[in-house]
Amino acid sequence: MEGFFMAFYRMGWHRTAANYVRFIANLRSFLSLLSMNTASYLPSDYIPIFIQLSLALGFIVVTMLVTHNIGPKRHSVKKDDPFECGIPTQGDARAPISIKYFLVAILFVLFDVEVIFMYPWAVNFMQLGQEGFIQMVLFMGLLLAGFYYVIRKGVLKWE
Amino acid sequence: MELTVLVIKSLVILAVFGITLLIATYSTYAERKVAAFLQDRIGPNRAGPFGLLQPIADAGKMFFKEDFIPAQANKWLFILGPCLAMLTALMSSAVIPFGDSIRYGSFEVPVQGIDVNVGVLYVFGVVSLGVYGVMIGGWASNNKFSLLGAIRAASQNISYEVALGLSIIAILMMTGSLSLRHIVNEQNGFFQWNVFTQPLGFVIFLTCAFAECNRTPFDLPECETELVGGYHTEYSSMKLGFYLFAEYINMFTSSAIISTLYFGGFQYPFMHQVHDALVDSLGSTVGHNIATGIGTAVLFGKIFFFIFFFMWVRWTIPRFRFDQLMNLGWKTLIPLSILNVVLTGAGLLFDKFKYATWLIVIVMIIMAATNAIKAPRRKPVTVPQL
Amino acid sequence: MNQFNTFLASFKNLTTAGYLFYGLGLITLISAISVVTAKNPIHSVLALIFTFFCLTGHYMLLNAQFLAIVNIIVYAGAIMVLFLFAIMFLNLKEEDEEAKTNVTKMAAVIVGGVLMVLLLSIFNYAPVGTYNPASFDAKTGLVERLGIVLYSDYILPFELASILFLVAMVGAVMLGKREAGDPHF
Repeated sequence: MEGFFMAFYRMGWHRTAANYVRFIANLRSFLSLLSMNTASYLPSDYIPIFIQLSLALGFIVVTMLVTHNIGPKRHSVKKDDPFECGIPTQGDARAPISIKYFLVAILFVLFDVEVIFMYPWAVNFMQLGQEGFIQMVLFMGLLLAGFYYVIRKGVLKWE
Repeated sequence: MELTVLVIKSLVILAVFGITLLIATYSTYAERKVAAFLQDRIGPNRAGPFGLLQPIADAGKMFFKEDFIPAQANKWLFILGPCLAMLTALMSSAVIPFGDSIRYGSFEVPVQGIDVNVGVLYVFGVVSLGVYGVMIGGWASNNKFSLLGAIRAASQNISYEVALGLSIIAILMMTGSLSLRHIVNEQNGFFQWNVFTQPLGFVIFLTCAFAECNRTPFDLPECETELVGGYHTEYSSMKLGFYLFAEYINMFTSSAIISTLYFGGFQYPFMHQVHDALVDSLGSTVGHNIATGIGTAVLFGKIFFFIFFFMWVRWTIPRFRFDQLMNLGWKTLIPLSILNVVLTGAGLLFDKFKYATWLIVIVMIIMAATNAIKAPRRKPVTVPQL
Repeated sequence: MNQFNTFLASFKNLTTAGYLFYGLGLITLISAISVVTAKNPIHSVLALIFTFFCLTGHYMLLNAQFLAIVNIIVYAGAIMVLFLFAIMFLNLKEEDEEAKTNVTKMAAVIVGGVLMVLLLSIFNYAPVGTYNPASFDAKTGLVERLGIVLYSDYILPFELASILFLVAMVGAVMLGKREAGDPHF
């Protein structure tokens, strides 16, 4: 038994253990430094997100590795072609598509920013009162005028 | 943040993570059982008692299938697509309050991943990132059906995201906070639930949640009759499984968010009386924790109802056409939700009246009724006698 | 050399937030550089999305929580989707990348250099915000404060933004108007 401890000592593992204890102590002080209690409106409120992120990433990576390494692998020229209902592949798949989708995306960006503008307003709605309400109605009125123009121009007409 | 608090939070997150995966797995079984019930069949009943081992058998099959990558696909993007879809699906449950709080020693830890005051926006942000999984997967496949499916999916998701964001604003105006826990605490009392104060907002939110999850009647991205399998035509093995699984996880999370925003979350009638009785009889720690557990169970009951509702709708309503889908999103839901916001605001400014949007609902019901009365009666179909 | 040593020494007595800042800054720079150097446009867009996430991290460290989330929603969630759409439309391939002449390269270097000098000189003269623990309020960057300031002091720019949206909408319609007979599917 004594020999075992001597071997342990000679290999310097006691220092590793001490370092580990110090690391844990540092972690403790690191976490308490960031904030002292819950709901403190500090960045440390977001630490649990990283736990969730690492769980999700771990699950995804492990599943992907497992599914890549089990199961058969057989390649052939016909099989590796893109699927087109059984007939030989015609041309490149990445052909240009209708501009309408792009216009929808542009409209989405504009409306998304508008919705984001409404969040701080809605949170302070009772405080801003009537004045704030009129300001927002004006803002939305101008935006809806543009939206009406877009609809009249037939951008959102799909046939 | 104290280490103890962090450890308890990690355990909560781990539990929610596991429950999410379990519910998503068994949703596939439940979906087939519900479909079978609605179509007067039996459904899966071979694997285990009542077919309960069916999802495990399916998962095993998925794992042992060939993991196939087409020759013309961009290999890494092809792998990244389903991973992104899964990642966004798994990240969204962090801000949902699954219960009141756990008492442990001198600590009181809320049953929630993160309790931040931008909770609603966090959900909105994760939802807006959900497009990438589908788009990158569809583009990387280098297949015409996949690309069209991906473009459709992206257009659909972004169109309904606007209405989704607008429909929550009316709730925020009443609550005055972006924290989901705050929104739940505001709904104490049965008739304070937001579904009673915001009936129109609820319907819009529900519709948009269906569209964001790509569920029927909005499952155009994977419409078999037009696009083979849509964006996941080229996928096989667990990569396909990730896409399908992400859909079920999204269904669970959106059910949880609907319950939280509109159905009082973990609140139930006479909650405070039950809490006080438990604390009186079992002490302030054990009693409080048991009361929290009851609240969590009630929340899961609501979530299960909405998951069932998703399935019920899937096997009842036929799929929309793409133009109908876009018209509904842009020309109906967005103007309606703006009207909802304006009317809610007017009601709140006028003597803090919360139930103003019932006006729109009543007008819409009257319009629908008059339409139904005025519409020419369809002739009954006569079956020719043979 | 001496200055470099003091710079190195300053690393030893950084706070946790300081280490986080430097680490995050390094990741941000690497991902931003890979936006420019990536051959595949989709890889470039993905790197840009990652850069926006790093910027969100920086907003988090500054405790601007609302801005952090809005950065994800608007930049990573909306504008990058638009970029992806554009790339799918243009159908960029590596082989038909237009040849860049020496003149364009020279012009790019000069413009970039001037911009860098400009930024550095601005940074040199700009007052750097200091942090006073006595008057620190954790709630400054939250949505409630931001809303009050935005809808009282900055109401005119806010209303002007709606006119900007109007112009952008009309412009998009004019640019994207489809003529009869164009292919669409």
